[in-house]
Amino acid sequence: MSERRPIPFRGGGFAPTPRRVVPWLVFAVLIGLWQAASSSGLLPSLFMPSPAAIVRALHDLWLDGTLMEHVTASLKRIIPGWIIGTAAGLAVGLAMGIFSSARAAGLPIVSALFPIPKIALLPVLILWLGIGEPSKVATIALGVFFPTVISAYTACDSVPRNLIRMGQSFGLPARDIVAKILLPGAMPGILAGFRISASVALLLVVAAEMIGAQHGIGAFVLTAGNLMQTDQLLAGVVMLSVLGLLISWGLGAIERSVLRWR
Amino acid sequence: MPLHIEGVCHSYGPVAALDTIDLDIADGETVALIGPSGCGKSTLLGIIGGLLQPTAGRVSLSGPPPADSLNPFTYVFQDFALLPWRSVSANVALALEHRRLGAAESRERVAAALALTGLTEFAAAYPKQLSGGMRQRVGIARALVVRPAVLLLDEPLSALDAQTRELLMEDLLVIWAREKSTRVYVTHNLEEAARLADRVVVLSRRPGRIREVLRIDVPVAERSRPEHTALLIEVHRKLWAMIRDEAATAEREIQDV
Repeated sequence: MSERRPIPFRGGGFAPTPRRVVPWLVFAVLIGLWQAASSSGLLPSLFMPSPAAIVRALHDLWLDGTLMEHVTASLKRIIPGWIIGTAAGLAVGLAMGIFSSARAAGLPIVSALFPIPKIALLPVLILWLGIGEPSKVATIALGVFFPTVISAYTACDSVPRNLIRMGQSFGLPARDIVAKILLPGAMPGILAGFRISASVALLLVVAAEMIGAQHGIGAFVLTAGNLMQTDQLLAGVVMLSVLGLLISWGLGAIERSVLRWR
Repeated sequence: MPLHIEGVCHSYGPVAALDTIDLDIADGETVALIGPSGCGKSTLLGIIGGLLQPTAGRVSLSGPPPADSLNPFTYVFQDFALLPWRSVSANVALALEHRRLGAAESRERVAAALALTGLTEFAAAYPKQLSGGMRQRVGIARALVVRPAVLLLDEPLSALDAQTRELLMEDLLVIWAREKSTRVYVTHNLEEAARLADRVVVLSRRPGRIREVLRIDVPVAERSRPEHTALLIEVHRKLWAMIRDEAATAEREIQDV
């Protein structure tokens, strides 16, 4: 009998496991280091205000109502712009997903126009619609429209063809195949597209407000920068981050309830 | 209902898949279609059920349809084709919803189909919660709820593991005994053909032609008896002898597509 050697363990790792504390710890350490650098005078407050100064600025802006004023102005552009762009995008995208002729007609135009950064169209939209709200809402709607079209028709493509054959084999009318098989099957892709279009909307509202607006977070951030009020500037940026998180949290909640079957 | 397949040919572009299939299937008969992969057996099933248009020839039914049949040709799919967002009972009900039945009759039919397939207690479950075997039972229940005249089974057990397949074969025999449709059963599994079919139709390699038809004289319900074990083995051996060489050639073929 020869010597028995144990088999060395070679598995494990490469399996993401949730860690509760680490994310918060990273936040705390980074902000702590930042605050320490500011307090010790390492970071000049004009270029990089301390976290405490940003919180103070946020607090003041909240108390005097400026914050809500600008956030409300931005939301009044994002919400209608996103809804119009999404409604039109879903209508066109689903038509392209369902009808070959709609796809043949729409695909070249969508492919040609999709890559244009929509903010480049703001000047022409201002020419057409004036400097006021409609041109900004239209920019956002356009920016939302194209990714929605693409996500809607690719979502239709991703529905397994065999499910559609199944519907046909049971004699389901085309209307029922769309309503009961195609649309529910495309829902995950459509909702994933909402995340993209929401981030596009947030990006475009800031850009549009920087080009020509009195109110709105973009205008506020730009003005604060021009006046070297860096604490207010960063307070505006923090607000944008909060807005983005809220939108993504809201969409997540919708996904969880609509796609419970997953 | 008696089913007649006359001169059916099919080609996908330049590739001929089926060549002049002539076959009559009697009322209540179970015919298994076997053959090497790519012999067009699934294509033939698609043509029978009206999902594919044959290049030539036709498929017809004769005689009056059963009074309560809502959908004369009904499939059971290899990949189950269940809607993941619908519960088991809603998946079965999908086949009825557009038929203008009363709510009571719909519920009754769904309940009966679930009972026949042993799914009653799973009515509210979702497909992803079920094992492969239970999912295919849902597929079978959905097919039976419309009381088809012809039941078309497209490799119904091929996606299942060996033990589940064994259990479902037993279930199918029970269902066969209680539900009198005509059945066409596509499989590449010779044992399924030997145990479930009255007649086995052996197709040749592409383009598929009918090579041989083997009638198994012992009734399906009695084949599990020990005295018929030798017969099943003999049928299996005969079938394998018929397709072995072609299966080997088909396996070595390079696919153009």
